[in-house]
Amino acid sequence: MIAEFRLFPESASSISSQVDHLFFYLVAVTGFFVLLIFVLILYFAIRYRRTRAGTCPPVASSNRLELTWTVIPLMLALTMFFWGARLYVRMFDPPADAMDVYVIGRQWMWKIQHPEGRREINELHVPLGRPVKLIMSSQDVIHSFYVPAFRIKHDVIPGRYSVLWFEATKLGTFDLFCAEYCGTNHSRMTGKVVVMPPADYEAWLAGTVPDESPARAGAELFRSLGCATCHGQQAPTLAGLYNRQVQLADGSTVLADTNYLRESIMDSTAKIVAGFAPVMPSYRGQLSEEQLIQLIEYIKSLQDAEQAPVHRPAIQTEPRPSRRLP
Amino acid sequence: MSVMPYTAELHSHETYLNRSYTLRSWLLTKDHKRIAILYMGSITLFFVLGGFAALLMRINLLVPAGFMAPDLYNKLFTMHGVIMVFFFLVPSVPVTAGNFVIPLMIGARDLAFPRLNLASWYIFVAGFLVTACALVAGGVDTGWTFYAPFSTGYSNTFVFLTVLGIFISGFSSILTGLNFIVTVHTMRAPGLTWFRLPLFIWSLYATSIILVLATPVLAITLVMVAFERVTGVGIFNPALGGDPVLFQHLFWFYSHPAVYIMILPGMGVVSEIVACFSRHCVFGYKFVAFASLAIALLGFLVWGHHMFVAGESIYAALVFSFLSYLVAIPSAIKVFNWTATLYQGSIRLDTPMLYALGFIGLFTMGGVTGLFVAALGVDVHVHDTYFIVAHFHYIMVGGMVMGYLGAIHYWWPKMTGKMYPEWWGRFSAFTIFMGFHLTFFPQFVLGYLGMPRRYATYDPQFQILNVLSTAGASILGVGYVLPLCYLLWSFKYGRDAGPNPWGATGLEWQTPSPPPTHNFERTPVVTQGAYAYHEMEPAGA
Amino acid sequence: MPDEDTILTREGILAEQFDDLAQQTEAGTLGMWIFLATELLLFGGLFTGYISYRLAYFQGFHEASGHLYFTLGSINTAVLLTSSYFVALAVHAARQGRSRAVSGWLLGAAGLGAVFLAIKATEYYLEYREHLVPWMDFQFEGAYPAHAQLFFIFYFLMTGLHAVHMLVGMALLLIMALLARLGRFSAEYHNPVELTGLYWHFVDIVWVFLYPAFYLLNPHS
Repeated sequence: MIAEFRLFPESASSISSQVDHLFFYLVAVTGFFVLLIFVLILYFAIRYRRTRAGTCPPVASSNRLELTWTVIPLMLALTMFFWGARLYVRMFDPPADAMDVYVIGRQWMWKIQHPEGRREINELHVPLGRPVKLIMSSQDVIHSFYVPAFRIKHDVIPGRYSVLWFEATKLGTFDLFCAEYCGTNHSRMTGKVVVMPPADYEAWLAGTVPDESPARAGAELFRSLGCATCHGQQAPTLAGLYNRQVQLADGSTVLADTNYLRESIMDSTAKIVAGFAPVMPSYRGQLSEEQLIQLIEYIKSLQDAEQAPVHRPAIQTEPRPSRRLP
Repeated sequence: MSVMPYTAELHSHETYLNRSYTLRSWLLTKDHKRIAILYMGSITLFFVLGGFAALLMRINLLVPAGFMAPDLYNKLFTMHGVIMVFFFLVPSVPVTAGNFVIPLMIGARDLAFPRLNLASWYIFVAGFLVTACALVAGGVDTGWTFYAPFSTGYSNTFVFLTVLGIFISGFSSILTGLNFIVTVHTMRAPGLTWFRLPLFIWSLYATSIILVLATPVLAITLVMVAFERVTGVGIFNPALGGDPVLFQHLFWFYSHPAVYIMILPGMGVVSEIVACFSRHCVFGYKFVAFASLAIALLGFLVWGHHMFVAGESIYAALVFSFLSYLVAIPSAIKVFNWTATLYQGSIRLDTPMLYALGFIGLFTMGGVTGLFVAALGVDVHVHDTYFIVAHFHYIMVGGMVMGYLGAIHYWWPKMTGKMYPEWWGRFSAFTIFMGFHLTFFPQFVLGYLGMPRRYATYDPQFQILNVLSTAGASILGVGYVLPLCYLLWSFKYGRDAGPNPWGATGLEWQTPSPPPTHNFERTPVVTQGAYAYHEMEPAGA
Repeated sequence: MPDEDTILTREGILAEQFDDLAQQTEAGTLGMWIFLATELLLFGGLFTGYISYRLAYFQGFHEASGHLYFTLGSINTAVLLTSSYFVALAVHAARQGRSRAVSGWLLGAAGLGAVFLAIKATEYYLEYREHLVPWMDFQFEGAYPAHAQLFFIFYFLMTGLHAVHMLVGMALLLIMALLARLGRFSAEYHNPVELTGLYWHFVDIVWVFLYPAFYLLNPHS
């Protein structure tokens, strides 16, 4: 627990110092104008204080002055907009090779599920220097996953997945807070993000009690719920489906991301694949959040139809593609 | 349009106050001035209640583990928000100074619909009483924002009663706004063209547009919440395929324009006071007038900036961020124009002027932090933290409450015929200004450090700043109690004010203090612009 | 009975705050239009919710719409449009100072309003019997019961809110009919009739949007 007094938060992710730079720019520009107004008001109040001979010239308005102090702030505001927008797009555009971790928020705890099997409560272990993509949903009300040291946050919503990514750049333990009021113990729905050296992370992942990987549990569900009966025959094949473009019956195409997979299970007829009939039953109300994650992990593991899910090593073996905004 | 000469006998000292002292004459009045006083008493009481909740909250935040059960704290911050937003800030200046001064300022005998005005007050009080029932019965803990599905399906508190009370009081807002718009359009004195109107009228006109267009959306959204509470089924429930984020869109579609409802009247007050106490027409009159309308219009287009991390698409976020920067510009224009009004003016720092200048300073600080939160990349970090709490308190408390106090002090002589003790006035303004900074500036630091809002307990690293903030709150509290005392004192013991103690322009100062029931002996005819100070006799020092 | 605050002139009732009848009429008319704008936004919130779910769950909404009583809904549309026509005739008569005609047409419109509400109540009852009321033992045999439930929540909320407005409108129509009968209106002063007419037409227009939204999605008897 970090009990020392600070005036500025730690910076521990690849994005945090970028956020701070924008913040300092905002402080500088707004500070300048605030100071300007304060000084002017103070100066005018003293310089033009009322004396006995108090007559005033009629006010000469000035369109040029109005234009100046409209256009200049507008230009400055636009710089702030563009900078903030670029940063935001970067913050919500996860790299392709990010490792997925599932997060379920519920009153009043965080449940973390690593695809390889480890589960955590109120703690998230991650390796240093590797992008992590959090796929989050809530079991009940809206929560919000917030790590101040990483400068990242996103609401965790019932009924859909939200995605947050980060790359930790510092070893250590960092606060995790719930940032959307969610009831009695909202302020106690806190946790820790533990950033470990990659090798230590691998060891931790293997762990003392190897839990079943969600993909394996998902395979079992896939069979017991009857999915295998149709998929692969009269229903669209799921091999290699994840992250592929899908052609729909109405002519449009959509990306088969986690939200698409979730929606297809819950409200299958929302998007019908071209060439297939809308006959898949809905599983709404029949699956818990954990079971949904298991099914989705299983489907993701079907990148090659015959192979079992592959465990990706945390150590980098090739350079990541550099991210550039479109 | 003919001018109606006032033909009834006018007793030499008959005012709207001493015309009749019976309770019935007050409770069944149609006089906009009496209704303003009724409102003033009501919202003062509500402010004290909301402020008391805040005091308890800040006491709880002295220690990380808190003194009270989290459920109690959650109820306190909810009631603080509900009372302050719906029962103090939204009505504040419009129902007190607006009701009192608008007909006087435009040379009318009353508002367009006096009985509707009285009905507005009754509806407002009824709404509060229903909400107060919820308070007494055990409170509500959803936050004033009532996010689904917590409010619709998980909270075990009196959500239905509370939203019913707010729903009822919403009609008070709508009817007041309607009354003001019709009054300004149809009841101006001869010669009072739009561009001769005082800027206070422009501000309240813009406010009224928002009141009538935004409040109904809140009303229907609260109906949807109430419906789900009562029946158990609703449209925000994910189990049915409902979308909790839809609630947020509907809620913020009202609640963002609502913040402009809360601040625009204060801006109007500042225009009046700055002009009067620098004896100068407001610089850039037309720009300030149009800026009010621009704020009202643009204010309807930015609600999504409350939802940058709530699940709206990136494209929506980009659009809302861009528009949020645009809406900042008219406010900036006003601040520059007020400052320029001081240039080469003849300035006196009487109490109303101190409040007006305090408004400009604190509103500017709060407003520029709006530029921080409009920046998408920064908002991700500071959303739902104390940075946001500080941002809106700088504007609402530092800005609007000071604007409200400025209005009360400026028009107090007109309303009561009495002057308050000036040095107490200045001392209180100063105390409020200093107490305010100590309370809320540390919260910017807390927010960027990462302390989330609505936290009953918090990590020990945040304690020192919380203690500072609580210390400031106690000073602020003292600052608010003082005017309550000396203003009431002045009712009986204050010296007589006369019709125009400030030497101000404006039709309201051309009639006695307090005014007679029918405002003017003869309908005035207007021949010059609003702030013709240069054509007046120079005022004494 | 005018109280001491109003001046009864040859033209009508002039309230004290106004300089003349023209100003009072202008104020009343502007006031009613602003009020109708607020009503537009009130229903607008519900329409927004409806549209957003219809776009997301078209199949489910389409299926649910098939369970509405298309014939009854269509009859109701004709009834309401006719009642608006009667009100227009009443306003026309008022402008000509024909008070008995005003009274007659307004009563007719109110009567048609009552017919509308009776038919609506019948629909509600039938839907209740079929377990289509979301909070009363909802049972739906189609493919998308959850979305159908959403559809019916909007259906009952929106038509219910509309029905409440119809009741208010009918009360206004009856009051105006009575006042006309008592000779309160004339060719020079009949603004309350005009404003009541505006309100009734607005309520009618809301129905003109509700009907296609709910019934025409999947019209079959």
